Amino acid sequence: MHIVVCIKQILDPEIPPARFQVDPSARQAVRGSAGLVISPFDENALELGLQLKEKHPGTRLTAVTMGDEEAVEALRKALALGADQVVLAADPAFNGLDSYGTARVLARCIEKLGGADLVLFGRQAGDWDHGLVGSLAAEELAIPCVTLVREIQMDGDGVRLVREGEGGVDVIAGRLPLAATVTNADSNQIRFPKVRDMMLARGKPITRWSAQDLGLDPADLEPTARAAEIDELFVPDRTSSCQFIDGEDGAEKARKLVQKLRELKLL
Amino acid sequence: MAKVLAFALTGSGPLPQSTYELLGGARAVADAAGGQVHLAVLGAGVAGKIGDLAAHGADRILVVDSEHLAVYHPDAYLAAARAAAEASGADVLLLPGDTRGRDLAPRLGYHLRAGIVTDCVALEASPDGLRFVKPVYGGKAMARITVRTDRKVAVMRQRSLDPRAPDPSRRAEVLNVEAAIDPSTFRTQVVDHISEETTGIRLEDAPVVVSGGRGLGGPEPFKQLEELARLLGGAVGASRAAVDAGWVPPSCQVGQTGKVIGPDLYLAIGISGASQHLAGITGAKTIVAINKDEQAPIFGVAHIGVVADYREVLPHLLEEVRAARA
Repeated sequence: MHIVVCIKQILDPEIPPARFQVDPSARQAVRGSAGLVISPFDENALELGLQLKEKHPGTRLTAVTMGDEEAVEALRKALALGADQVVLAADPAFNGLDSYGTARVLARCIEKLGGADLVLFGRQAGDWDHGLVGSLAAEELAIPCVTLVREIQMDGDGVRLVREGEGGVDVIAGRLPLAATVTNADSNQIRFPKVRDMMLARGKPITRWSAQDLGLDPADLEPTARAAEIDELFVPDRTSSCQFIDGEDGAEKARKLVQKLRELKLL
Repeated sequence: MAKVLAFALTGSGPLPQSTYELLGGARAVADAAGGQVHLAVLGAGVAGKIGDLAAHGADRILVVDSEHLAVYHPDAYLAAARAAAEASGADVLLLPGDTRGRDLAPRLGYHLRAGIVTDCVALEASPDGLRFVKPVYGGKAMARITVRTDRKVAVMRQRSLDPRAPDPSRRAEVLNVEAAIDPSTFRTQVVDHISEETTGIRLEDAPVVVSGGRGLGGPEPFKQLEELARLLGGAVGASRAAVDAGWVPPSCQVGQTGKVIGPDLYLAIGISGASQHLAGITGAKTIVAINKDEQAPIFGVAHIGVVADYREVLPHLLEEVRAARA
């Protein structure tokens, strides 16, 4: 079995709002001193893929990302955690692609890898939170996609998936090949890489593919590929002067709070 | 002229609350352009559910009623949604931000060759066109997005659009739309649904949410939070720390990796306000924080703050609210 996990490197989402800034003209976040990390839901997908690889001997796991040279770090982490092969899709033509374009690039990578039995994505990237690439790449590959998946069990080419549905979970049965977008669950928290494996990962090869390698010319990335354009990116004014309730003791504070909520017609 | 098509993905259940919100948003966009509002109601046994939808803003109601739509299945709902979109001819399609709408949007957008924006909190209609507003970077920033394709698909975050006051004099044309749904072509099967719903109001729909975090120190205090939530007609939420500690089930988690909510009133009790938690409450209209650490980041977004050990305040707060409700 061949599992492909698509990952994205993003600005560390744990950076506190007070230190977060955007460059309005570039319509991008300012990196500042913040680190780059694998998007959290993509780590859940990677962990789920690694567990399936361990459970099913003979399984090969490939991690794929689209990004610039810095994204190599995300791939090295995937290697350290147990990926057999990693691919970086990098090309100036990929800059500013929207979800359609990204999905097309990733789908071409998967095809060039000879296809995959199971393709895993995080349910959405922790920077732009679109949640589209997984489903769109599955459409490009003409395979079914199950979204918001917590667990996957394999039995031959049969697959059972547990996904978040309305008011509970749905159990889905399908057959390979299949794509899934993965959400966080207790069972798929990313493992920690061992120092030794991190060292070894430094020496492992990174496959790099350009638009040309993938048989994509700029026309393939138009027109829907740039359908959604960011006109403006701004930090909302949240200098919400928090109004503090004071009082001698808890009783007085509670009383004043209730009074305040009444004034605001919230009680 | 702009035609806006809102979707109600009902399964075999009642109309979701989001239907009225989407109608309100669709009405505002259509009115700005002199256009029309269409509503597609997809589900099984839909006929009884469409009574008040004209009053809430629909000009035309497209009904796709099929036994194959009784549970949400992407292949079935894609076929139904495409048929409704075709019959409507709308250029703007609005989907609810629940698990169904989020699942359906990319598939529908792909097949309609439409640009897609998800997790929108506002629609800005102007003579230059329509702009979609969505929080990004966990709510730390906002983006205004223009979609260049003729047809546009947007997924609206729940509780971000206001329903219109019903106007009983409004009338709508009701149209039955046939969709070719063939279960033998489905590529996956829904074999089971396990309900995780807690009793009472859904967290995403609740006008009031009372949340607890690590500062509560254990599962016990959540009983008091539950009582407070019940008295206020709301639901209980929690931070990731409280969920990870096993004090409350994951279905309570509010934040980027949990539920994203927009209640009128959010009470954060013993929650310090990690980025990933704040990402879930950017839509809250009024945030009240009770925390003993006055440096806690939650006070940076709260409108009303109480610096105190929750144990000194919560019992009195409960008493006050009980008295007010009595």
